[in-house]
Amino acid sequence: MISIVGYGSYVPKNRIKTSEIAKIWGKDPQNVERGLGVYEKSVPSLDEDTITIATAATKYALKRAGIDPEEIGAIYVGSESHPYVVKPSGTVVAAAIGCEGELKCADYEFACKAGTAAIQNVMGLIEGEYIKYGLAIGADTSQGAPGDALEYAASAGGAAFILSKKNKDSIATIEETLSYTTDTPDFWRREYQHYPQHGGRFTGEPAYFKHVGTATKMMMDRMSLNPDDLDYIVFHMPNAKFPVNMAKKLGFSTEQVTQGLVVSKIGNTYSGSSLLGLTAVLDVAKPGDKILMSSYGSGAGSDSFYITVDDAIEKKRDMCPKTWDMIDNKRYIDYATYTIYRKKILMR
Amino acid sequence: MSVPRFWREIPYRYRLIGSYCEKCNETFFPPREICPRCRRSGDIKDIKLEEEGEIFSYTVIRTAPPEFDVQTPYAIALIKLKNGPLIMSQLTDCEMDDVKIGKKVRMVFRKISEDGEAGIINYGYKFVLAE
Repeated sequence: MISIVGYGSYVPKNRIKTSEIAKIWGKDPQNVERGLGVYEKSVPSLDEDTITIATAATKYALKRAGIDPEEIGAIYVGSESHPYVVKPSGTVVAAAIGCEGELKCADYEFACKAGTAAIQNVMGLIEGEYIKYGLAIGADTSQGAPGDALEYAASAGGAAFILSKKNKDSIATIEETLSYTTDTPDFWRREYQHYPQHGGRFTGEPAYFKHVGTATKMMMDRMSLNPDDLDYIVFHMPNAKFPVNMAKKLGFSTEQVTQGLVVSKIGNTYSGSSLLGLTAVLDVAKPGDKILMSSYGSGAGSDSFYITVDDAIEKKRDMCPKTWDMIDNKRYIDYATYTIYRKKILMR
Repeated sequence: MSVPRFWREIPYRYRLIGSYCEKCNETFFPPREICPRCRRSGDIKDIKLEEEGEIFSYTVIRTAPPEFDVQTPYAIALIKLKNGPLIMSQLTDCEMDDVKIGKKVRMVFRKISEDGEAGIINYGYKFVLAE
């Protein structure tokens, strides 16, 4: 069995309100807020990117894990906004935490599910006894074109998980993971393009709902689970409407989803999205609680995880800032500042 | 900054690795190869400095070099680390009115500068207000 022995989250401090963006583009702010269920989103500072977010989350994960960074045998960073096209983000994270040397390392991309793909790969390396500890990160500073629907939600944040074989320091055990993948072009970004393109409503039924729904149903069948058997549900959160509707369709209650539903306050952190939801759940879950998390990556696929919370959560969760506390620590910026921070205007 | 220079300085820029003379008990940052006090008889070792400290003094930059102009106003502070010497660092994610001598700060890992759109990204330490 593979367990999480350390987890950490990071959300940049800047927020822009949905109503501020809507006002700029002549839209009715309340319509947009109601439609998406997103009221504000996080914005990275000028000196933040996927690497700094990944490092910040990792430092908290290391503190909770209580291990020497040199014991980490693999680092995989999942993101669709790696600062370099060629030069792995993981190498910088490794240097920043002090675990360069004998280390397996690569960057992953699969739209918003690259972070959960990283977890699955670390699980395989530990199960195969290639490494003792592995670090999987999902982090993004996602981009939405000015005026595009994506601009209301595309945000920044990330989460990091240190995994090992189950032991007395386990925070949560991953009982099972599986994936469902097809060729579904709902959202993409071609090489040299700054902003992604998407298929509008096509991103819903044939994409998000089909993949997340199928992966979740596969997991529930495989583990013989009923909706009532689970304490918390975390789905990828492109907006608040999709995960809540997905939960309803599958027979889950709103209460099972609420704790991990960080999207309404920070937007869609892409590769960090479902993982930040999981950290928010771990911040409050009790030993023995059952969690089901299904990520979604456009293109398209969904990774589903069935997780049981372990005893060590009680002594570890208070070691670092909790996700909802981080979400509440904020400062608002206006759209003009936002355009500078996100490099949306040409500078000299 | 040249790529080799940046690369050589990664340990101290990323992780606050300073140096320490076991003979005179002095800590140095940036790290020294030779103890400036004990000279040849010194015994220099690496030391990981604490990532927490307090503001010893600061100044607010309102007219910055071109590559930092977009960040103005920002504060540069002298920070007294818990186990180390005074170090100079940019403060980030804070309002200038909140910066005060004696305030607790903690290290964060951030972008320091970029060598244009195509060049290397220089990462390193900055500090944020801890309270």
